[in-house]
Amino acid sequence: MGEHVVGTVEEIPPGGRKIVEVGGRSIGVFNVGGEFFALRNQCPHQGAELCKGVLSGFVHAEKPGDVTYVRRGEILRCPWHQWEFDIRTGQSWVDPAKVRVRRYEAKVAPGNTLLSEPGGSKELAEAGLEKGLYVAETYEVSVEHEYIVLNL
Amino acid sequence: MVEKLTERATAGRTRVGVVDADIHNVFPSREVLKSYLPSRWQRHLETIGPRGHDGYMYASTKYPKVSAATARTDAWPPSGLPPGSDLEFMQEQHLDAFNIEYGILNCFEHVGHELNDEWAAAMARAVNDWQIAEWLEKDERLRASIVVPFENAELAAEEIERVGDHPGYVQVLLLTRTLEPLGRRKYWKIYEAAERHGLTIGMHASNTTGVPPTPVGWPSYYLEEHVIVSLASQSQVISLACEGVFEMFPDLRLVSIEGGFAWLPPLMWRLDQNWKRLKEEVPHLKRPPSEYIREHLWVTTQPIEEPADPNHLLQAIEHFGADDKILFASDYPHWDFDDPNRAFPPRMPKELKRRIFSENAKKLYGFGQEGG
Repeated sequence: MGEHVVGTVEEIPPGGRKIVEVGGRSIGVFNVGGEFFALRNQCPHQGAELCKGVLSGFVHAEKPGDVTYVRRGEILRCPWHQWEFDIRTGQSWVDPAKVRVRRYEAKVAPGNTLLSEPGGSKELAEAGLEKGLYVAETYEVSVEHEYIVLNL
Repeated sequence: MVEKLTERATAGRTRVGVVDADIHNVFPSREVLKSYLPSRWQRHLETIGPRGHDGYMYASTKYPKVSAATARTDAWPPSGLPPGSDLEFMQEQHLDAFNIEYGILNCFEHVGHELNDEWAAAMARAVNDWQIAEWLEKDERLRASIVVPFENAELAAEEIERVGDHPGYVQVLLLTRTLEPLGRRKYWKIYEAAERHGLTIGMHASNTTGVPPTPVGWPSYYLEEHVIVSLASQSQVISLACEGVFEMFPDLRLVSIEGGFAWLPPLMWRLDQNWKRLKEEVPHLKRPPSEYIREHLWVTTQPIEEPADPNHLLQAIEHFGADDKILFASDYPHWDFDDPNRAFPPRMPKELKRRIFSENAKKLYGFGQEGG
């Protein structure tokens, strides 16, 4: 499908987002601290408009009361059931207990094999998280001459 | 935007006519509530306001449970009104988008848990009049539950008498967290009135009454609370079965809403097992408790239990032995909403799906047989 101009850099300031229609697909384009990311605007769980969800971080605790907050502003939560998706990869991060749903033949990799992956997976793996069943569709985004270009 | 939502919602698996057994409507503002109250109670609203066991505020909307107003974050209408208060937006986002043929409104305004009986009855009248004027008369797909001051059965029965014959009202709404078990005689006038008007009793999971939600006290987390709601539903089903309510009111039909249902089969096994040994204590029961439950109890799907292996859910339905008594519910606009196209195991038999999404509710509520 190639490249699509979806807006100007000014249109989506850091922390902002824009939902665009490209090739019949609704896609959310996000500016996270100057970096642009794009995810399909449809939650893999029940189909809600994922990109209208709240962007927050990830809460982690070694033991009750010992709380840390990682990846601030990079975790997208679905507007319906609050499932969490990594804005950088579209990967969902859920409790390892969920991983028992193996009958779907989902490949579940433990956290320590994810360390070579780009975009902050390392931090999530160190926080003891494992990859969930679902990956939201992501698209490569690049900035050219102050326009945001989506690569489908 | 909404058009696209509709396309997406109905794409892939267009379904003919879903019946939704649980939709929540709320007042757009206190001013609108006031306009349905006589001046004496307007004054009361201004000076005293609602008072329940949870203090001087509406129970479920004042702190965000997961999200503000307990709602889907995309359920706030463009009008700026609260989720569930804007009919036009509800039509676009829910009724049209998911092809809802009939939807039942269960309004959660502070009525049953109100401490002042007379004020509770006045609120009930306001809510029920408002539902007729602003909802039932504006969308023919909608039906509603009559809200009643259920801790005073006499006043509740009066309200059922007052509006029970309106064709839009199909049910009387009770909540699961009552001050006493619902089988007790203090509530029987409600059942008598509901039975007489051919209305079902809807028993919806609820929160605070001042009594802890568990027999062992207050849990620390909302996560626990959200799971624990079914304990109250279970206690009420046991009470209604053992107190002889279904023996006394043979035409009474009870719908347990938002309390889950996979717990029902083992509960019925235990009840029957104990009844065989202790039936001398309850001679008013002529048959095993499970038989009364199977005949008189309906359950809604949301939140449907989600075992890792969907076959286990089908087994639970089989054990319940009443697949004609399960009704689809969305819980719109609340955050734990279920999408009718996506919320169920894909391998559920077609026939069962048809029953759950439409047939069972149509039969129970007599939809499509009203001669219009």
